[in-house]
Amino acid sequence: MIVIALVASGIGTILPQEQYIPADAISRDPQVFYPETYGIIGKIYLQMGFHNLYSSWWYLIIIALIGVSLVICSIDRFVPLYRALKRQRAKRHASFLSRLRFYSETEVVTDDDIAVVKERLKKQRYKIKEEDGHIVAEKGRFSRWGPYVNHIGLIIILIAALLRTTSFFFIDDYVWVREGELTVVPGTDGEYYIKNEEFILDTYSSEDERFKDALAQENRIIPSNFQTNAVIYKAGESEVIGAEEELVKVDDFEISMNEPAKFGGFTLYQQGYQLNEFSKMTFKVYEMNDPEAEALGEFTIDLFDPETHYELDNGFQIEVAEFYPDYKLSEDGVRSETNNSNNPAFVFKLYSSPESEDFEISFVGDVIGSAKNLGIDPTVVDLQPMGNVVGTFAPSIDATGENQYRILIDSIDFDRKSGLSIKKDRTIPFFMVGAIIFMIGVIQGMYWQHRRIWLHPKENGLLLAGHTNKNWFGLKKDIEKALEGTSIKMVDDQNEDE
Amino acid sequence: MSSLIETSSTMLFTAFILYLVATFFFGFTIKDKNVERKQSNFAGKLAITLTIIGFIAQLTYFITRWMASGHAPVSNMFEFVTFLGMCLVFAFIIIYFIYKLSILGLFALPIAMLIIAYASMFPTDIAPLVPSLQSHWLQIHVTTVALGQGILFISFVAGLIYLIHGIDQSTRSGRTVALEAVMYTIFLAIGFIIISSVFNAMNYSATFEYRLNGKTETTEYTLPAIAAPYEGTLLTEDVMKPWFETPSWMHGADAGRKFNTVIWSFLTGSVLYGLVRLLFRKRVAAIIQLLLKNIKPDLVDEINYRSVAIGFPVFTLGGLIFAAIWAQIAWGRFWGWDPKEVWALVTWFFYAAYLHLRLSRGWHGEKSAWLAVIGFGIIMFNLIVVNLVLAGLHSYA
Ligand code: HEM
Repeated sequence: MIVIALVASGIGTILPQEQYIPADAISRDPQVFYPETYGIIGKIYLQMGFHNLYSSWWYLIIIALIGVSLVICSIDRFVPLYRALKRQRAKRHASFLSRLRFYSETEVVTDDDIAVVKERLKKQRYKIKEEDGHIVAEKGRFSRWGPYVNHIGLIIILIAALLRTTSFFFIDDYVWVREGELTVVPGTDGEYYIKNEEFILDTYSSEDERFKDALAQENRIIPSNFQTNAVIYKAGESEVIGAEEELVKVDDFEISMNEPAKFGGFTLYQQGYQLNEFSKMTFKVYEMNDPEAEALGEFTIDLFDPETHYELDNGFQIEVAEFYPDYKLSEDGVRSETNNSNNPAFVFKLYSSPESEDFEISFVGDVIGSAKNLGIDPTVVDLQPMGNVVGTFAPSIDATGENQYRILIDSIDFDRKSGLSIKKDRTIPFFMVGAIIFMIGVIQGMYWQHRRIWLHPKENGLLLAGHTNKNWFGLKKDIEKALEGTSIKMVDDQNEDE
Repeated sequence: MSSLIETSSTMLFTAFILYLVATFFFGFTIKDKNVERKQSNFAGKLAITLTIIGFIAQLTYFITRWMASGHAPVSNMFEFVTFLGMCLVFAFIIIYFIYKLSILGLFALPIAMLIIAYASMFPTDIAPLVPSLQSHWLQIHVTTVALGQGILFISFVAGLIYLIHGIDQSTRSGRTVALEAVMYTIFLAIGFIIISSVFNAMNYSATFEYRLNGKTETTEYTLPAIAAPYEGTLLTEDVMKPWFETPSWMHGADAGRKFNTVIWSFLTGSVLYGLVRLLFRKRVAAIIQLLLKNIKPDLVDEINYRSVAIGFPVFTLGGLIFAAIWAQIAWGRFWGWDPKEVWALVTWFFYAAYLHLRLSRGWHGEKSAWLAVIGFGIIMFNLIVVNLVLAGLHSYA
């Protein structure tokens, strides 16, 4: 059983799991990614569901079966063991002793010697039990319970893992907040709001004495800290339904990696950031064949709240015919890859007067694409807003070739937004308790051992035998110490004679 | 500052040399009819003393580097693997004082040295910590894991001794072949270290340009290129021309360079191995077997078991529990099925299986020894393959 889980877990690591598909891969769609990148192996991988292996039903069933067999085994063994140890007898049959691994027979033994050995064993913290002169010395019995204790810990962990699949116990969500923005925290049923006061990004200086060699090797900017200074608000009870809710401040937080914010059972983790999200674009309109000319007019589009019409001071009307927030030109045509404002592009209709029926069509935007065409790698400038470096190079495409005016990007405003993940996990205490119990059990079973030594007097002489569940070497030393200077023979290791 | 770093690397080098010398003295402890018992005891004492001094030197390396960088030096491959070597030595010292078995040193120290030498093949510059790694829990987690693994490595050492001693070398069998494969793998590791050091000393460098995910990247080879990157072009002049290209299914950054290094390691390791075989006309394991005549297999078997018993809880604590605590604080998920985490789990399950099997009679002795060798293989797989080939959050390199 464990072996199956072992093999299955191993398979899962051959190729990356779905959530670890690299961001720069051909496509983040698993249906495309696996076959494209890994060929036939990828296809099989996908079909067998290995890309989501650890949440697949059959993986869960294996885990559940392990849990069940764990319970059964434990009960199965625990009861007999408990009985056997409870009825521990000092007097055992000679043939039982002679079959133990440590065993010796001594012909002549004085009572004094036996008394000495008993005393010494007591000193080594053995518990002595006697029955008609037969003696059993025992220590570390409690270590026998170790496995059961640790299995209880494991069972608790498995139960917690199953509970975690329910939303009562586990909530996981993600939110992007721009600097200055106030937004509801998802997953909290509208109970909490977050305002991003400031996003801070610190980087290592390439002058830093300690790290300059490594930084020179890396040849890229390495952040030393990223942090969101945020205020969390709680929505107050609103008296009137539909009325603006009143927000009550909960607290200020400085959320950074390894320093999550905690409030009301939720935890907010700093996860990612985006520094050059396009927020506003200003365009200017020029005469087509006159690059020196003054702009005829300008307009600014708020990319998060674009309007359909803009009126310029000189009376021109601009209609936004198409808006792609995240423009991508591919073989299948143009489309917006996401709704995020990562690479905006527009198709404008320009009317030269409010009454005019005729319009000209221009395509403007795709700054990132233009940058790439110019050989600028946008990912290299990831940490500083690209700003206007490429903005004005972005083309204004005149599809008909008959346009009189052209629209150019004049300036771009960028936003810095912070990515935070929201978690609520009520299973954590279960996992903690399970882990602690497991550790106690393992330590109990591993760092102590159950050692037993029997002294069995015969008419003439004495049988001596020892048994332990591990660490025979330690038991041997104990016996040596106890026997030192007496006439009792040291036990033989019957394993070694074979 | 820079003097601290210098002290630090000197100390690491000193430790390495001391381990080397100590290994020789452990060699002298092998009881021969010609060597007096007293002499052998003396050699043993000297050897363990040297080992301890070496360990202290390495500890000094660790502390001074920590002072210089401001964070515990376990944050990149070089630092982590070096630390792992140190943990192996530490575990050896502990086990030595329990069992007083010198022969362990003869194997444990060379393996520790191999590990440290392997570590120094990675960039040794002090690297800054990215935000997610800036946590005390990370440091606690990594050090505990390394300690646990160091102790588990002792079971590998004991298992290896058991196998070399116990397997009948007079005829060829599946067991001799398997054991020889283990020996050969060790030669490959040695081959990698030797060839890398040689070309490093010569400051060899050849730069290639190749395409990765639609971008043009360069990669610097420090070994002469046998395999060029897939569709790569050589930029450096006056260096050996590549013989062939890395196949296209080998993906990822620097796949070509890594593949080339693997080829070189195989070549060098195989040549070395071949030479030894030619020289002695015996299996390597058979050569070493001659040294191991007087050991008590039962004691070695017990050390094998005992070190798993001691190492398993430490590994559980570090590799799973502390790891989960850190992941919870950093990412809000204590478990993420990242390849490295999965392989830690596999390692853990494996040793749990070992402990279960030990409870039944038939698995003592040779089978346990094989298991210990496989366990070591799994840990090494996690360290090398998962770090360098499979991508993941933990990948340092
Ligand atoms: C498939 C379910 C499992 C079953 C049926 C099972 C059964 C057992 C049994 C019968 C023992 C011996 C108890 C004794 O008589 O001393 C034992 C010991 C132990 N088990 Fe499990 N076990 C299971 C899963 C696990 C797992 C997943 C782990 C942890 C990774 C684990 C860790 C241990 C440990 C550490 C011991 C103590 C071993 C020793 O004392 O040498 N077990 N188990």
